[in-house]
Amino acid sequence: MGHGGGGVMSAELVDHVFAPAFGGPLLAGLGDSAVLELGGARLAFSTDSFVVRPLFFPGGSIADLAVNGTVNDLAMSGARAAYLSCGFILEEGLELPVLGRLAEALGAAARAAGVEVATGDTKVVEAGHGDGLYINTAGIGLVPAGVDLRPQRVVPGDVVIVSGAIGLHGVAIMSVREGLEFGACVVSDCAPLGGLVEAMLAVTPDLHVLRDPTRGGLAAALNEIAGAAGVGVVVQERQVPVPPPVAGACAMLGLDPFYVANEGKLVAFVPREHAEAVLAAMRAHPLGAEAAVIGEAVEAHPGMVVARTGLGGTRVIDLPLGEQLPRIC
Amino acid sequence: MCLAVPGRVLRIEERDGTRMADVDFGGVIKEVCLEYLPDLEVGEYAIVHVGFALQRLDEESARRTLELFAGLGILQEEFGDPWEAAVAMDRLTGGSEIGVGEAER
Amino acid sequence: MKYLEEFQNPELARRLLDDIRATVTRPWALMEVCGGQTHTIIRHGIDQLLPDEVELIHGPGCPVCVTPLEVIDKALEIASRPEVLFCSFGDMLRVPGTDRDLFRVRAEGGDVRVVYSPLDALRLAQQNPGREVVFFGIGFETTAPPNAMTVYQAKKLGIRNFSMLVSHVRVPPAIEAIMRSPDCRVQGFLAAGHVCSVMGVGEYPELAERHRVPIVVTGFEPLDILEGVRRAVRQLECGAHTVENAYPRAVRPEGNPAAQAMLADVFEVTDRAWRGIGVIPDSGWRLSERYREFDAEQRFAVGGIQTREPAACRAGEVLQGLLKPHECEAFGTTCTPRTPLGATMVSSEGACAAYYLYRRLDLPQVRIAAPAGVEASSVV
Repeated sequence: MGHGGGGVMSAELVDHVFAPAFGGPLLAGLGDSAVLELGGARLAFSTDSFVVRPLFFPGGSIADLAVNGTVNDLAMSGARAAYLSCGFILEEGLELPVLGRLAEALGAAARAAGVEVATGDTKVVEAGHGDGLYINTAGIGLVPAGVDLRPQRVVPGDVVIVSGAIGLHGVAIMSVREGLEFGACVVSDCAPLGGLVEAMLAVTPDLHVLRDPTRGGLAAALNEIAGAAGVGVVVQERQVPVPPPVAGACAMLGLDPFYVANEGKLVAFVPREHAEAVLAAMRAHPLGAEAAVIGEAVEAHPGMVVARTGLGGTRVIDLPLGEQLPRIC
Repeated sequence: MCLAVPGRVLRIEERDGTRMADVDFGGVIKEVCLEYLPDLEVGEYAIVHVGFALQRLDEESARRTLELFAGLGILQEEFGDPWEAAVAMDRLTGGSEIGVGEAER
Repeated sequence: MKYLEEFQNPELARRLLDDIRATVTRPWALMEVCGGQTHTIIRHGIDQLLPDEVELIHGPGCPVCVTPLEVIDKALEIASRPEVLFCSFGDMLRVPGTDRDLFRVRAEGGDVRVVYSPLDALRLAQQNPGREVVFFGIGFETTAPPNAMTVYQAKKLGIRNFSMLVSHVRVPPAIEAIMRSPDCRVQGFLAAGHVCSVMGVGEYPELAERHRVPIVVTGFEPLDILEGVRRAVRQLECGAHTVENAYPRAVRPEGNPAAQAMLADVFEVTDRAWRGIGVIPDSGWRLSERYREFDAEQRFAVGGIQTREPAACRAGEVLQGLLKPHECEAFGTTCTPRTPLGATMVSSEGACAAYYLYRRLDLPQVRIAAPAGVEASSVV
């Protein structure tokens, strides 16, 4: 199960099993979406599968995630999602009203994201083989001319901006997970980021890289970028927006907010000269109102993410090993 | 060991013959067993570990500890020598030694 | 959060650090006993802020790290049974037994659940009367009362399908064992605040006196740690060796009498093996005769499982402050967080895992890259 957690084990699965078997230069980029040339246009293309439990959680459902997850993967290439495909894998015995609610949620999320569901598929598996329902989506969108978002473009001196408060989605999911249930005024931040990215690109097409810190949280996103870019990243811990209930839940369960999942946030590496203007544009957008500069890319310790703590010490933010577990010690 | 955090008691009730409370941890509410602190009251803080309140949090002690920290540099500035400052601090706070043993110098 | 944020205040931390710097005149080695304190030290980079003279040795107070391999193997055996629903605190899932861990048991079809509280496990037993629900009862004096209460409730409510695999450990015998070690380098202890919240401080004056070592009861926030260090250093500098309570907001001298009474009823003191260290006399608790029917070890007849620890793992020396993690031959080669030989490489509080994480980091370089006090907003 650790292989799906977005950490070291996920990365190893891709590096050692999938990449060698599939080959091809595009997969070598290993971003959340691929950018392809087709008929003179540059298309972003991405797919993602959704296996979250429970199906409904505070602030959304697996259907919202299925739309926004793929829409956001495209947005991280700078593309506004145009078309989605949608595959349902249903477990025998799933109640029809539940399916109906999820279908409506999926339609509403697609409309909100401005994306059209163009094709789909449904399969049914035997009872006991599928947790109720799984959804796979794939999406395509056009990448605007002049936009080239890749970690390889990051250079020391780039400013790191996060679009808002971290940890909300992960804490919302945990609050309804069996064995951990707690009451919290926390809802998932699940949201489509295409509009925010457009607003940022309107300032300058010269952003270096964007990443949505989903599984593995901010820690995984920053480590992936640092590793692929060959730069170090220094984060000022006190600048990272952590809402009080996320801090409370993390204190109670012994978790680190840097490793908790988000579904409606992005982290951007921006050339220093554009950082102020990009930050202002983000703050003017509803999904970036709490955007904050959290750090910078540095020449030192390439591939490593280091936080300066509130007290002025340093700590290493490592790639998470797998699933985050509540601890007692 | 011992990830225990301070939480504030919101509500107390008997559940299955056990004294339980809803406790607030900075906006997160968790059910907590009060059997080890039966006289804990609504509004009080307690140290909570794996769903159990283990000790009442003493507000007065917390305040005094923070005051002691806040006074450290100031005393140093006044007294210059850190040892005099420490002695003065113990006088101020009434000391806090609770065990046996003696200074040898 | 109230009572947390105030004790993370950078300005007050600076005052405490200044005071420590002004006091210290020569090298001192302090041991923070508790894994939670180690976590705070690493998480806030406190060890880098202290003057070079103050060395912090990460002690054996991480229950995950010291639970003996043999007990882990028993847990894995029990959790693999089809009739068993096995509940554990999250930290135990990655701790390696001889050839696998609880995660692996779950992947192989075992029903292994993470719970926040032992009472959650008892509730699962009530909800699943056809299953055998087993809780992995590990931890120090802080965790023992919740687990004791759970067994007490199981007996009171007559819940027959619940049992506990008990591997509790006690702090004072461990301090005694560390001090008796011939190569012991520890000159002062930061005692575990939450253990003392339960047990009080009555067990420590005798230890401080016998070994002529200062013991400071210490809390878990950054200012608490610094205050513990400050008081220990002050004592050492003037040759004192008393017990001090630097965590009075959560520690009363008498502890929690109700919890102590429950411990005395449900458990009895026993010799206990500590992973990497070996058997320490009277250092653990097992279920007392009155509650023996809830002992998972007997119910599932795993008492016969005996395991030898791998010779290559020198975690015991690390936990006693006799060896730095990177001085071990296996460190970073055959032993990494992905392939840990011992629990000190598994737990994020484990001394070996912490060293592994930091080994690639050249701290002076970081200081050049981002000088202290430069806020991120100023880089725009």
